[in-house]
Amino acid sequence: MKRTLKSERISSSQRSTQEPALVKWLLIAVAMAFSVVFLFLPIINVFVQAFSKGAAHYWNVLAEPDTLSAIRLTLLTAAICVPLNVIFGVAASWAIAKFEFRGKSVLLTFIDLPFSISPVVSGLMFILLFGANGLFGPFLQSHGVKIIFALPGIVLATTFVTFPFVARELIPVMQATGSDQEQVAMTLGASGWQTFWHITLPSVKWGLLYGVILCNARAMGEFGAVSVVSGHIAGLTDTVPLRIEKLYNEFDPAAPFAVASLLALLALLTLAIKTFLVWKTERRERQAR
Amino acid sequence: MSRKKHNPLSGFKLTLGFTIFYLSLIVLLPLAALTVKTFELTWSEFWELATNERAMAAYKLSLGASFIAAAANAVFGSLLAWVLVRYKFPGQGFIDGLIDFPFALPTAVAGLTLASLFAENGWLGQWLVPHGIKGAFTPLGIVIALTFVGMPFSVRTLQPVLETFDRSVEEAAATLGTNRLRTFVQIILPTLFPTILTGFALAFARALGEYGSIVFISGNLPFQTEIAPQLIVMRLEQYDYTGAIALAVVLMVLSFIVLGTINILESWSARFSRQ
Repeated sequence: MKRTLKSERISSSQRSTQEPALVKWLLIAVAMAFSVVFLFLPIINVFVQAFSKGAAHYWNVLAEPDTLSAIRLTLLTAAICVPLNVIFGVAASWAIAKFEFRGKSVLLTFIDLPFSISPVVSGLMFILLFGANGLFGPFLQSHGVKIIFALPGIVLATTFVTFPFVARELIPVMQATGSDQEQVAMTLGASGWQTFWHITLPSVKWGLLYGVILCNARAMGEFGAVSVVSGHIAGLTDTVPLRIEKLYNEFDPAAPFAVASLLALLALLTLAIKTFLVWKTERRERQAR
Repeated sequence: MSRKKHNPLSGFKLTLGFTIFYLSLIVLLPLAALTVKTFELTWSEFWELATNERAMAAYKLSLGASFIAAAANAVFGSLLAWVLVRYKFPGQGFIDGLIDFPFALPTAVAGLTLASLFAENGWLGQWLVPHGIKGAFTPLGIVIALTFVGMPFSVRTLQPVLETFDRSVEEAAATLGTNRLRTFVQIILPTLFPTILTGFALAFARALGEYGSIVFISGNLPFQTEIAPQLIVMRLEQYDYTGAIALAVVLMVLSFIVLGTINILESWSARFSRQ
């Protein structure tokens, strides 16, 4: 008797804070339609168009020397700029999360700055710094150093654009774990490095990995900033996204999609790792509780 | 206070020193270059370069398209967040996982695939173009690309707030006999509004600077489908550095205004939730 009363009460209170079934399913339908147009179709379309002329054609496009060299350049750029930003992100989050100092919020604002600057403007800044008419242009030219329209410029612009990713993921994670364990370790005589390797790093590794995959996805996919500083020399300074643009302006409609499918796969892989990491941290939080 | 004085951790000077050094090298130095080069222009030169007819048309399109895209995201993104948090339906986890796809997908690929979807012979274009809805190489195409790019901001800003939303207020309203629509409009929506506005501003700021996806879908016609970042690239290709600088400064000031607004909104909504 008691039981039925209770369940009746719950169901009636639930009903009053829920939309009518018709409204609910209408909202779900609109949300589904929106996700189909803006999420599913764009993904599927990339792969369908990429293979529209058959698998052989797909592999031929990918095996073109200019495409291969673009892939190499993109991998090289990411291999330089991701580790740089990881070292910076770890250093910055250690200083910011574990210590109190004046000007911290100003520092945080500066770290976020590259997110609020248009990629095109970021590229322009490096041209004004290292280009022929730039601040250091004459000096670099007289010493025969080429930064703009060459690999260093591409790396610098990419590093600028991906600058905040690791730091921004790591700072809140390090703040949340606190520094009690580290303080104990160091009081007991561990060195700074030992403490970092054995205590801090294991507790923030998933946050760090999350920052790394986001940073990597952006580094490999950056278009605007790289487009401005690269000079678009085929086989030399074209990254994968720039190669896609070039193929787009040529006659073969399947070719840009074939190259784009590589970056779409990268995006899907990034999402999969991200979902795994979120699941992992949520499970750990549940266990901690 | 005492804890701060006796912090036994080491490495503060090293890490902060490296952070400031790296920040200066990668971010502040390029920013300084732009500042120095801007001040080499006289005010009248700057004004002429920044406000000529083609530049004004580009700002107008950038601001207008970004605004419409951010507004579309405020509506559909909020709806998505609501549906994902409040309801259970098949495919929910899958959609939730894919929301970040526009973040992860390089913008060039986004522009490429959207342009092809909405082109005359594309999957969506073949139905839409006969009805006069041209989603490629038009201002509408720019709005579509910017909506795609900004969508995760709206959903991901609202989702955590909805998850922790205190439902007792809704229950109280229902107990007092308020119908669901009125509860939504008068109680739920005002509480969520600051968060929706923050998501709107984030999507707007992102859209203002967007370039990669627009290159593929806009057609890049001066005065018609040329957004501000495209005009900067155009000026650079003509070796007109001063022209590019003037536009870049205006674009940066615009996005700083939007971001300043976000900070104000966030402190506003923080105060709102504390009350």
